[in-house]
Amino acid sequence: MSILVILEQRGGQWNRMSWETLAAGQQFGAALGVPVEAAVAGYGIGALAAEAATKKLGKIYAVEDELLETYTADSFSMALEALIRKVNPALVVFPHTYQVRDFAPKLATRFSQVLISDVISVRMEAGEPVFVRLLFQGKLNGDVRARGDGPHFASLQAGAWRADQVESGSSPVETFTPRLDASAIRQRPEAPFRESARAVDLTAAEIIVSVGRGIKEKENIAVVEELAKALGAELAASRPICDAGWLPMERQVGSSGQTVAPKVYLAVGISGAIQHLVGMKGAKTIVAINKDPNAPIFEVADYGIVGDLFEVVPALVEEVKKAKS
Amino acid sequence: MKIIVAIKQVPLRDSPLRVDPSGKWIQETGLSFEINEPDAYALEEALQLKEKHGGEVVALCAGPARATQTIREALAKGADRAIHIDEENLAALDTLGVAKLLTGAAKQENPDLILTGLQSDDLGYGQTGVVVAELLGISHSTIIMQVDVQQGAIRVKRELEDGWFQHITMPLPAVLTIQSGISKLRYATLMGIKKAKTKEIKRVIPAELSAPSAAAAVIERIYLPPKSKQTQILEGDAKTAAAKLVEKLKFEVRVL
Repeated sequence: MSILVILEQRGGQWNRMSWETLAAGQQFGAALGVPVEAAVAGYGIGALAAEAATKKLGKIYAVEDELLETYTADSFSMALEALIRKVNPALVVFPHTYQVRDFAPKLATRFSQVLISDVISVRMEAGEPVFVRLLFQGKLNGDVRARGDGPHFASLQAGAWRADQVESGSSPVETFTPRLDASAIRQRPEAPFRESARAVDLTAAEIIVSVGRGIKEKENIAVVEELAKALGAELAASRPICDAGWLPMERQVGSSGQTVAPKVYLAVGISGAIQHLVGMKGAKTIVAINKDPNAPIFEVADYGIVGDLFEVVPALVEEVKKAKS
Repeated sequence: MKIIVAIKQVPLRDSPLRVDPSGKWIQETGLSFEINEPDAYALEEALQLKEKHGGEVVALCAGPARATQTIREALAKGADRAIHIDEENLAALDTLGVAKLLTGAAKQENPDLILTGLQSDDLGYGQTGVVVAELLGISHSTIIMQVDVQQGAIRVKRELEDGWFQHITMPLPAVLTIQSGISKLRYATLMGIKKAKTKEIKRVIPAELSAPSAAAAVIERIYLPPKSKQTQILEGDAKTAAAKLVEKLKFEVRVL
């Protein structure tokens, strides 16, 4: 019985969500009274493993293989399958990253398990974890329990645990060499790239006015543009607006766009799907304008106006202008 | 090229949701349903690939009788035929259970490519496609923004975090999970709607596809999320609420 935390690195750089997951793993271990171990996979990752060894762990596994230098779903699944069969943990926890979403469901299937993904909190009941997830785009929560023998698999949402709560210590490093078969790796990845240099840096903005599906049509973007102008704010959007080409991709806030933490974030016609919330919930003050009083955005908002944005926003522009004059 | 598109029917976006008396699922009576949005993009991509390379698009859907409407819409948009796995209680299955059903049906078709949305708008586990690939023993890639068909292989553009992308090449057959926004969705034409009425929907019962197995993960309870913040709702008509907000921004948040 143990908990195995899978840390994530790319090209020798940690994904910082690794530490949030490690903090969570340590807390689960303490609550259940079981040892916590961690693993990092890659090639030439001795320095990373040494860094992880300064945390309080039973052991840190450096999963080393030349074929793990560049991530592929096939190589990472094979390597971690071999490690999990050797270690036989009760629970394997991952950060809910794009990479984990790509291979962890495959890995879990090899153990006839499912990945309990994007978990926002965990509570212990009768010595067993109950995983809390968001359902229906964040409109409802669900308590999920893993059944049967482990190992069980769960991935944890960005920001749901705090990286600064990782307990330090001194842990032994064990190198694990999975001996992968190159012919079994079917994906041929190329180097990651960015489409274009970002012309808009939303992270520097003090005030952001962000627009979502509620705006209905491209022509209506002008309504919120006006508000942004009046407030001296940057204009941003949720993913569907950028997908539709109504605003450029570089103005997108959320897991696939920019992560922002302005003084004020005004969410206009944004329901608050989790992919959006992870990009803006660090804002100091959140204002939501939405016609649906049950929209998840109101769960993170400090101030809310329930109403038709096409009435509220123009009224707001008038009031802002008045206040500024 | 033969393409299977796995689609799911979910409650209409912005439906008012209520927990049913069991506490384990939502009350479905009175709700309207539609295609899961990322699946709509998977269907669109499949139709575009067929237009470029020829072949056949088969819509595959597991769900109760009401799912027929969503299947008909897929046929009206241009899918050639459909397979409906008649599963009355989809919510009782975990993702592995659903993936086993889809895999059972897909196996009989021997497709070159299986496309599905990257996640569902209801459960949002985001793994059915990946699990189907593993069960079929074929390659996969997730969160795909572009698909180029090559000789016996595909080169795809995968989305990474923070605005990064990556190209990946893999052999066919393969499973891809498609990201919303990969292209512009088409509407069904009148002609398409008319034609859909004559297209084949093959009905399959779950028992023909996979032996039932105990769920590895179960939803024990669903409920409204507790508020993490105390939201001050600013009441009144638009003008009153706007004035109240400006006052807050000026004197409490101090940004004006």
